[in-house]
Amino acid sequence: MGVPDDLELFTQMCFLRHFEERADSLYRQGLIHGPVHLGLGHEAVAVGAASVLRPDDYSLGTYRGHAHALARGAPADAVLAELLGREGGICQGKGGSMHITSVEHGYYGSYAIVGAHLPIACGLAWAAQIRRTDQVTVCFFGDGATNIGAFHEAVNLAAVWRLPVVFVCENNWYMEYTPIGEVIPVALPAADRAAAYGLDRIVVDGNDVAAVRQVVGDAVRAARDGQGPSLVEAQTYRLKGHSAADGGAYRPAEEVARWRERDPLLRTRAVLAAAGTAPDKLDEIDARIKSDLAELARLILTRPAPDPAGAWTDVWSDGSWQWRN
Amino acid sequence: MAELTYRQAVAAALAQEMARDDRVVLLGEDVASGGVFKTTGGLAERFGADRVRNTPISEQVIAGAALGAAMAGLRPVAEIMFADFYATCWDQVANEIAKVRYMTGGQVSLPLVLRGANGSGGLGFGSQHGQSVENWAMTVPGLKIASPAGPAEAFGLLAAAIRDDDPVVVFEHKALYGRKEEIGDGEQVVPLGQARTVRAGRDVTLVGLSITVGTCLAAAQELAAEGIEAEVIDLRTLVPLDAATVLASVARTGRLVVVEENPGQLGWGASIAAIAAQEAFGSLVAPVTRVSGGNVPLPVAASLEAEVDVSVPRVVAATSGLLGASRPLSTSQQKG
Repeated sequence: MGVPDDLELFTQMCFLRHFEERADSLYRQGLIHGPVHLGLGHEAVAVGAASVLRPDDYSLGTYRGHAHALARGAPADAVLAELLGREGGICQGKGGSMHITSVEHGYYGSYAIVGAHLPIACGLAWAAQIRRTDQVTVCFFGDGATNIGAFHEAVNLAAVWRLPVVFVCENNWYMEYTPIGEVIPVALPAADRAAAYGLDRIVVDGNDVAAVRQVVGDAVRAARDGQGPSLVEAQTYRLKGHSAADGGAYRPAEEVARWRERDPLLRTRAVLAAAGTAPDKLDEIDARIKSDLAELARLILTRPAPDPAGAWTDVWSDGSWQWRN
Repeated sequence: MAELTYRQAVAAALAQEMARDDRVVLLGEDVASGGVFKTTGGLAERFGADRVRNTPISEQVIAGAALGAAMAGLRPVAEIMFADFYATCWDQVANEIAKVRYMTGGQVSLPLVLRGANGSGGLGFGSQHGQSVENWAMTVPGLKIASPAGPAEAFGLLAAAIRDDDPVVVFEHKALYGRKEEIGDGEQVVPLGQARTVRAGRDVTLVGLSITVGTCLAAAQELAAEGIEAEVIDLRTLVPLDAATVLASVARTGRLVVVEENPGQLGWGASIAAIAAQEAFGSLVAPVTRVSGGNVPLPVAASLEAEVDVSVPRVVAATSGLLGASRPLSTSQQKG
């Protein structure tokens, strides 16, 4: 796997940004059935972490998971079809926005019960440990998840079993509508809990893709080398509300403005400009991605809805659903 | 042939499957130390620490790690020491394990087993260690449910559960762990979804599961002394449910008594009763009757516990009453 340059990282983040903006727009037009949680502003975490993984590594995310699936290589048309409830959805229309999964690309699911997937990440990592495959599991979750029991059970077990897993907390400072500081007795939700499990206190600027690459890369290497798990706190910010239905009015305007200045895309633009990349070139990439995604959405909306018969498949491994004879 | 206790049968099934398939791994509290109910004795020594792992008291991560390992291609068997503790990891069981295959459009299979000690059986374990909770699992599409009535079933059903490509919850009965039975030589596998007629009879069908199969058999003996011949069916699994065997029996007997240890309010017996009412209505000559655990938390003092547990006298009384209340058999049923 080649080392991506800054332009490649910018392009990937730009793609995630426009994908989420498009999803937001489609939601507002009433074209998405069910809730949508956007990762706008979190792009550097998804792209930076995915860039240090091997294709056979495992990753898992939350209901705010579109970006994590796409960053591993999940096809955008299948993800968008899933959101739009059209044929060809990546989960056949059975998962929707909150459960985007692409096992083929190592992305083992988006989980909508807060914290539930940290124990599951332990199982994937345990399998790699038993088989001595040196695969690493990366598990993304929000700051709110650090208050649920599953977080503590999972980080403890991972530490005790020295599992090859990297837990990445995307601290966007809000547990849904509540500032995280109101519901934790420490300053930082993940980093300040690490010591309880004998882990290092690791904080990274989650809006700096190069920093995420460095820090998560180090953690992944340690896990691969048999040095056990890490707990990384990546500090970032939602550019919009908790879900697409939430305007985020509970956040002070000056706070939002401050974080907008730290937008991960603006920062990577600055890095590229300093290295001599012409802004026009970046604008061109940005405009092309935006129009490609608009066209993709238009095409997917011409597809039919999934055949209702599909509701009766995939409960059991033989494809059936029957529970009795 | 060898005589095995129920707990030895569990350990033998685990050993049989671990020897056959190196993807089978165990995790749970004290499992590498033989287990609190002595159902995993000798396995860590025989198969190694990698494949038999002690966990902290952390049911969410026990169940969740089983899910993750199954997605990665292992065939984990997770022990939840007391079935009551499913309440502490119900998110993993009901929201994740039961649904991940479906929610992902079939991208993964989950060949995993959750197993442990269930039920009252008059041992004084009380409200948080003595419940019978098969009915909890039965409310969730996506879980298979087995509940063995004796050592042979404990052996064969667990082996089949481990070989199954879907999640199976195996409810062992803690009051049966000491029960002994002759087990045949060679590989033991009892397919999921096949009920077993334990005793043939023409007058009434008694349907039991796990410990209540024995209750039904003892009741049938007493009823025989009254001239009532009861057929006894061991469901073995609730999902897949072998309703056909129950319906065929009811077509012959015209009467059905369902005997379940879990509380009656939405117990699994309600599903059996509803199926019979809807699909065997023409055969029934008496109301479908249920004998269930009490609709109260399980008390501890022996006199209180016996008051609410399912018992032979309660099954005998319900069945005798049913025969008294029956309407006349139609000609065709008398022939059958």
